[in-house]
Amino acid sequence: MSDMMKEKEVKDAILIIDDEVQIRRLLEITLSANGYRISEAADGKNGIIEAATRHPQLIILDLGLPDEDGQQVLIKLREWYHNPIIILSVRNSEDEIIKALDNGANDYLTKPFRTGELLARIRSALRSIQLGPGNDPVLAFQSLTIDLANHRVMKHGEVIKLTSTEFSLLALMVKNSGKVLTHQYILKEVWGQGYIGQSQYLRVFVAQLRKKIEDDPAKPKLIVTESGIGYRFAGDPG
Amino acid sequence: MNPDSENRPSPDELLAALKLEEEKGKRGKLKIFFGMCAGVGKTYTMLEAAQADKSKKIDVIIGYVETHNRKETDILTEGLETVPRKSYYYKGSVLQEPDVDSITERRPQVVLIDELAHTNAPGCRHLKRYQDVMDILDEGIDVYTTLNVQHIESRSDTVAQITGIIVRETVPDEVFEKADDIELVDIIPDELLQRFREGKVYTPEQSREAMQNFFRKGNITALREMALRLVADRVDKQLKQYMQQKRIPGPWKSGLHLMVVISPSPHSAKLIRWSKTLSYTMGATLRALYIEAPYKLSPSQQDQLTKNIRLARQLGAEYSITSGNDIVKAILNVAHKENITHIIIGKPRHRTLRSLLRLGNFVTRLIRYSGNIDVYVLGSDLAVDKRFKRFISFPSFTSSVSKYLLAGFVTIVMALILFPLRELIGYQVVALLLLLTVSMLAIFLGIGPILLSATLSALLWDYFFIPPPFTLHVEKPVDVLLLSMYFIIAMLNGILTSRVRRQERMTRVREERTNALYQLTKELAMTSGIEEVLNVAVKDIKKYFNLDGAFILQGSNNELSREIRHTSPLTLTDTDMTIASWSFHHSGTAGRFTDTLPSTEFTFYPLVGLRLPMGVIAVRHRRAFSNEDEIFWDTFRTQISNALEREFLNELARQASVLDESDKLYKTLFNSISHELRIPVSTIMGAADALLSNRYDEGTYTRLCNEVFTASGRLNHIIENLLNMSRLESGRITPHLDWHDVHDLVNRVTQNLDRELHRFKLDIVIPDDMPMVRIDFGLMEQVLYNLVYNATQYAPAGTTIRIKLYHDDPYFIMQVMDRGPGFPPESIPHIFDKFYRVSAASAGGIGLGLSIVKGFVDAHKGTVMIQNRQNGGSLITIKIPSELPDLTLLKQPLTNE
Repeated sequence: MSDMMKEKEVKDAILIIDDEVQIRRLLEITLSANGYRISEAADGKNGIIEAATRHPQLIILDLGLPDEDGQQVLIKLREWYHNPIIILSVRNSEDEIIKALDNGANDYLTKPFRTGELLARIRSALRSIQLGPGNDPVLAFQSLTIDLANHRVMKHGEVIKLTSTEFSLLALMVKNSGKVLTHQYILKEVWGQGYIGQSQYLRVFVAQLRKKIEDDPAKPKLIVTESGIGYRFAGDPG
Repeated sequence: MNPDSENRPSPDELLAALKLEEEKGKRGKLKIFFGMCAGVGKTYTMLEAAQADKSKKIDVIIGYVETHNRKETDILTEGLETVPRKSYYYKGSVLQEPDVDSITERRPQVVLIDELAHTNAPGCRHLKRYQDVMDILDEGIDVYTTLNVQHIESRSDTVAQITGIIVRETVPDEVFEKADDIELVDIIPDELLQRFREGKVYTPEQSREAMQNFFRKGNITALREMALRLVADRVDKQLKQYMQQKRIPGPWKSGLHLMVVISPSPHSAKLIRWSKTLSYTMGATLRALYIEAPYKLSPSQQDQLTKNIRLARQLGAEYSITSGNDIVKAILNVAHKENITHIIIGKPRHRTLRSLLRLGNFVTRLIRYSGNIDVYVLGSDLAVDKRFKRFISFPSFTSSVSKYLLAGFVTIVMALILFPLRELIGYQVVALLLLLTVSMLAIFLGIGPILLSATLSALLWDYFFIPPPFTLHVEKPVDVLLLSMYFIIAMLNGILTSRVRRQERMTRVREERTNALYQLTKELAMTSGIEEVLNVAVKDIKKYFNLDGAFILQGSNNELSREIRHTSPLTLTDTDMTIASWSFHHSGTAGRFTDTLPSTEFTFYPLVGLRLPMGVIAVRHRRAFSNEDEIFWDTFRTQISNALEREFLNELARQASVLDESDKLYKTLFNSISHELRIPVSTIMGAADALLSNRYDEGTYTRLCNEVFTASGRLNHIIENLLNMSRLESGRITPHLDWHDVHDLVNRVTQNLDRELHRFKLDIVIPDDMPMVRIDFGLMEQVLYNLVYNATQYAPAGTTIRIKLYHDDPYFIMQVMDRGPGFPPESIPHIFDKFYRVSAASAGGIGLGLSIVKGFVDAHKGTVMIQNRQNGGSLITIKIPSELPDLTLLKQPLTNE
């Protein structure tokens, strides 16, 4: 609750790096209407300067920039910038998205996008800043409460039994809440290096986990599939 | 793919070329002013006709007229434009000829060119003037010309017989027969002679000489009769043809087919001319047949044969060649095959051994076995034949010196080996062994060495073996008999064996040729593309003729392209290209060893397909083709031309169809896209405009915003599909197969389509034990999206859309069902075509959705099935091969924790 209050009082600064005037204008209108402070840059070079001088809480980055490829800009930013970066691009191939995530992007949204969806992703990404490691080990999302320290998961106040793998999977996702985790990353983190490429295991476990934690496993709200890319934990703090 | 594609004619160019061809097809008309001899007034009549034309405003000019300074004639040339003649300098004198190039450039309607039978000055394009005239006619210009009866090829013999003067300047009968108009210029002989005496024809001196030699009354009357008959025959024939055309189509209603048997003798020429006359009067076709001699022809015989065959061709006869030991059988074989009704042969000049043995010469046998075929036997000129007699049936001694040496050597060695054994086996057996040696040699060597070996062995036997030894003297009469028998047997043996070998060689050559043609035909049938045909052709020409060839093909605008489209060792100069061009345009052979432009090192043969001239092939001969070679070569060339034409037409058809197809697609694309893009764009513009005006209440405001949203979603869908289509078109779709949960697939699609779907009842059927499927998620998402989107566009609101997914090992099945109108049965075959839309479609779409579905499913090696449901609506079933996932590792406890 205190976080929410803080957001309202001190408006988070967001930097938009995009060469399309119309997109920048649209983002400026919608985001400032939602209380964010906006700064803009039309190319990669100015984007990096803006980021360095203003140090925004979040950056929305386009990949198709006139002076430099967005992936390169992303790599340069990640050398020193640790706040969330959301990619907003027309490039929708899986390879491009995975590459961006590997380069350190928190999330990826393809144009055309829904403003509502973008706002949700921004909120989710900003929240993950507060969820650094060593913080409160008990996390609560709507009906779900997760005690990372005691390996305990409760749904509607009832303890649900998870296997150790299921718990590792859930814990990894929750710790990276709002961030898209690629299949390979999850496989490596949960199962180990040797399981990279064995995505069928991941699917089976995600399906099992959904059955246990989701209200409607057929329409998952917590573990969201990013088709062909990976998964994202999308729970709003309860 | 092809570097030449830019040089190939476009359909437009082709059309232009065809048009040009058509114009060219309007060949000029040839009118011959025909008379019995000089002085009858042909040139005069021709000029009169020209003047008459001129008064009718016809563009008529003089290309070449010889007035012989006759006053009346000179006057008639006045007022007619004359193209300056071209001068040629030859051995110190100046010869003048019509300037063909200037005439064709001037392009009159009619040109006058006198003396059709004239032989051109050396250095001219053609040997004969009539060839120039043919060129002019090809350009679409009419020609008036003059001709005397003695200059017609088939009549020249008769003329020589009557007048005793051999006519050298002749015109092929074909030119006369194919002339469009013949105007007979005739006066009575007395009047002609009167004109001679008056000096109206030649100078008085010339006249006197001419009247003594040529222009005697008898001669003139005979020539007149001949001229009148020729023209009468022609009229008769025209009438007959006209009548036939009216009743039964097809010429040769007479059904008469003549065949003249020719040989390498000058007598045959006469035979051919006579046959031509006969065929002309009978209205029959004419064929000349040569039966290959079983012995090698002498050079002069070969030469005569070539002349005879050329004459036969010039006179328009078909020519064929056959071989066989029995001439009668060979003749009758061809006769039956070609439906010959009359056979014409020359009287045999001598009685052969064979004719004696068979109890009758070949004429009697031919008559006996010919059945209902008429046989004409023509007398021969013995005086002419005598020169040739010594060549008849004499074998040729063409073996090399080394073979003689070998024959002698082997014989001597054999005698040396046998010499020590003579006591043991006896000298008679020695004779047999020597005989064996001679026979063995005959298998490998020619007739000359065998005769040497036979003679030598006889001498050796006599000298060393027959008692008393070391003398040529023979003691016993039996031995004399033996020796002479030995000699005769050795000789006969050698001669017969070598003859058999020659026959065998001839058969082999024929076989090789047949085989070569078969190979070529086969190889050409398998080629595709002009380049390949050219490569095969060049290779085979080198292989079977040992000639280097260069193909110059038709480029655009019905002209030869100036390049050789394949690797060739020949380099052609500009002059060569000009000759090639002539050969192409006139479909005639030109260059070295021909009558046309022979001053080059190459010979150019036209390649004429069944319908189109394809180009020219240039070859470098070392010597002219023999007749057999030429026939073989012609057949070869025809095969190549036809293959080229086939490929050329294929290519055009392909170009045209590709163009047609893409043109159609282009139109459909633009029609549907402009329509489909305009609708959402106008919705967005209209709604945004309304929103700006700020005059609406909250409810309207929300509805307008919804409209903007829906419209932009629709726009996005179109763009997405166009992009997908271009991905499919580029062939770069390779599915990234991975294991996926089908729930994710369905959720994703239904979420993206929630606005469209909220008007429907959505029924998702997935079995609880649904396994993971191995698909490309992105592609399958598009597939399902398009199917569900289509359902929302076609089905009425409030109905149920069912999405059913299950696994039917080893397939993943995805079905989308709706209660819309279903597919009209006639549309089903086209349903996957790009930009195809069901005609009654009311909903939007550019007709790409299902073709993308098909493309993506194909990329998964799956199938799409379209059905109409029993109670209305459509059912689309997607079947993707997908094994069950390998989860064996899962069963083991995970040790990570």
